[in-house]
Amino acid sequence: MKSLAQLAEIRAEAKKAIAVRMQDKSLSDSKVKRHVLVCGGTGCTSSGSVTIREIFEKELKASGIENEVKIVQTGCFGLCALGPVVIVYPEGTFYSQVTTDDVAEIVNSHLVNGELVQRLVYDDIGGGKKADGPVALNETGFYKDQHRVALRNCGVIDPENIDEYIATDGYLALGKVLTEMTPDEVISVVLESGLRGRGGAGFPTARKWQFAKNSVSDKKYVVCNADEGDPGAFMDRSVLEGDPHAIIEAMAIAGYAIGADEGFVYVRAEYPIAVKRLAIAIEQAREYGILGKNVFGTDFAFDVHIRLGSGAFVCGEETALLTSIEGNRGEPRPRPPFPAVKGLFGQPTIINNVETLANVAQIINKGADWFKSMGTEKSAGTKVFALGGKINHTGLVEIPMGTPLRTMIEDIGGGIPTGKKFKAAQTGGPSGGCIPASLIDTPVDYESLMSIGSMMGSGGLSVMDEDNCMVDIAKFFLEFTVDESCGKCTPCRISTRRMLDILNRITEGKGEEGDIEKLEELANNIKATALCGLGQTAPNPVLSTIRYFRDEYEAHIKEKRCPAGQCKALARFTIDRELCKGCSLCARKCPVNAIEGVIKSPFVIDQDKCIKCGTCIDSCKFGAISKK
Amino acid sequence: MALTQQQIAEKTAVLEAYISENKDVKGVLIPIMQKAQELFGYLSFETMELISERLDVPVSEIYGVATFYALFSLKPKGDYVISVCTGTACYVKGAQAVLDEVKNQLGIESGETTEDGKFSIQDTRCLGCCGLAPVMTINNDVYGRLDPADVKDILAKY
Repeated sequence: MKSLAQLAEIRAEAKKAIAVRMQDKSLSDSKVKRHVLVCGGTGCTSSGSVTIREIFEKELKASGIENEVKIVQTGCFGLCALGPVVIVYPEGTFYSQVTTDDVAEIVNSHLVNGELVQRLVYDDIGGGKKADGPVALNETGFYKDQHRVALRNCGVIDPENIDEYIATDGYLALGKVLTEMTPDEVISVVLESGLRGRGGAGFPTARKWQFAKNSVSDKKYVVCNADEGDPGAFMDRSVLEGDPHAIIEAMAIAGYAIGADEGFVYVRAEYPIAVKRLAIAIEQAREYGILGKNVFGTDFAFDVHIRLGSGAFVCGEETALLTSIEGNRGEPRPRPPFPAVKGLFGQPTIINNVETLANVAQIINKGADWFKSMGTEKSAGTKVFALGGKINHTGLVEIPMGTPLRTMIEDIGGGIPTGKKFKAAQTGGPSGGCIPASLIDTPVDYESLMSIGSMMGSGGLSVMDEDNCMVDIAKFFLEFTVDESCGKCTPCRISTRRMLDILNRITEGKGEEGDIEKLEELANNIKATALCGLGQTAPNPVLSTIRYFRDEYEAHIKEKRCPAGQCKALARFTIDRELCKGCSLCARKCPVNAIEGVIKSPFVIDQDKCIKCGTCIDSCKFGAISKK
Repeated sequence: MALTQQQIAEKTAVLEAYISENKDVKGVLIPIMQKAQELFGYLSFETMELISERLDVPVSEIYGVATFYALFSLKPKGDYVISVCTGTACYVKGAQAVLDEVKNQLGIESGETTEDGKFSIQDTRCLGCCGLAPVMTINNDVYGRLDPADVKDILAKY
């Protein structure tokens, strides 16, 4: 078991070990001259970063510099679109889209001779401009408007090495809390900071803690909700993959604050890398005596267990999550009683989201005022978003609350690919709504998003361009909730199904006058009567697309036309008589013989026979066929 | 591939040992079922009966849990499980067309297995590598930035 004094010694040594990476010249006394950081997040791993790391090790040996260069596998750097990503320190050179063939060149040119491999350097400084010379990471377009708090260690430290976490002031806050603060003082600092739940609803974190502390019981639990089920969201996964100790430390702090000695992390089984790193981190923390009995020589005891989700979206809802940990079908239960009073196994329990917890130790270390200095009055701090869809810089970004959506899309996100027009951004996944292009200057914080009918959500931000049909998007999200509805309460089980039937009809060209009104009526009924958050928010994507894109719904219903050209059943393929040369290629390719004509005169598509497969468009060499 | 009698006996022994070790942990039913799913690739009626006896939990309850969660399967899956991501990022970038092409090539629907037991298709909501959208995985191999035209060649590798 380590004491606080021993921890301080480990910290001093570990700070030296990572000094090259932190660009701290005063500390670097080791033989190691360079650190090569290879991203080991899920995105980069999927595009081959593990092999790249192995080749680096081989090439370093071949060049005889394996003792001068340290290879470090880190968590996510954020710029997933340009993965696999490699960063070389102390220069801070950011290499993007590195392939296995590039490694030898980086080793020989940069690591041996000190010359950058210019063609791989990421030097986009925003607005489509490239930097003239070497550019620091935080000056690039993707990073300059970001502010990394929850992600501070992601892409910086080796998540499988507890010493590197300790080097970045890890477990300092836990030591401070256990030896210098009372539980009430801890809660009041967190309350004062204004930290709100990052899982979506935005409930003040310290209030939950207070309720649980006030509940009298000899057994209490801390639960971390890592069941990140929103399609298109991967913030929590990245924190667990990049900085798992931050979650363990925060859970222990919360345990001390409410008087709990046991914690559970409920994490999706679909996140194997995150699960593995979290398990390693828990083991290491136990070895150091940071988890266990008499932590840092005090009376405080705490341990953490992992429970894997089994693929049910509803388990992200807190009461359903608890039922699932107890070993049952993950069905929600009515509140009250709230979990803070009667939660896991009937005992007082707090449930906090991963990103929420990632802020806690830093709030203790740096104070409530520091946290409040970021963000807006009611939404303090930062928020992590997973940018995805039709955007150039797909990836993970962290911004101060209140940053306009425009900054995220145009500056950090690098705009929409292939010059298409931005149409809408969807936040909050299946529970949220969309923000149309006309509201692109909306500040991103809890209240502003709520006021325009969207929500912060857990942080998925999917970007749509002019080719996306908003009715189809609404249908996509509703299909998801229909699929994931647990079936316990009637409004969610049956009414969402009825809404989906109507949307299916509309997108198949069978929409009727009055369908929009029917959708709205059903939606409002579900919102008012469903048992849990999943049902109550399920109609949001439909309501918000009706609010901002009613004309698209009307075009589908009245004109049997999909303005974006995405709804297959409504698409019309036509041949332009002027452009058609009469070569007959399309007619020969058509699988259902729907195209007829005479050679060297314009061909015609029989709309009754056409199955809208698009083969003709792809086959035409003259661009004469279009889809409307 | 069907398991041999000997493999079944070995895996059953592993499962029994796991149950004995953990049976007193609170809420352990789901972790045990996850272990069984991992070992056998699906939950047969015999496996559920075994868990039922050892934990003294009715089979009906185990069946209820098994059918609630997407992870558990009551039928064996193919040697190669194909997951086409239909999360939001992949969906807006055309994942549906990729999934349709996989179904078309194999002649089966989502959740089904080909007759020769080689391929299964399963729905997947988000694999979390949105930078590679649209994405599919075949067992542990990841294929990103897909076009429906790529599907045929990828399947031919297996």
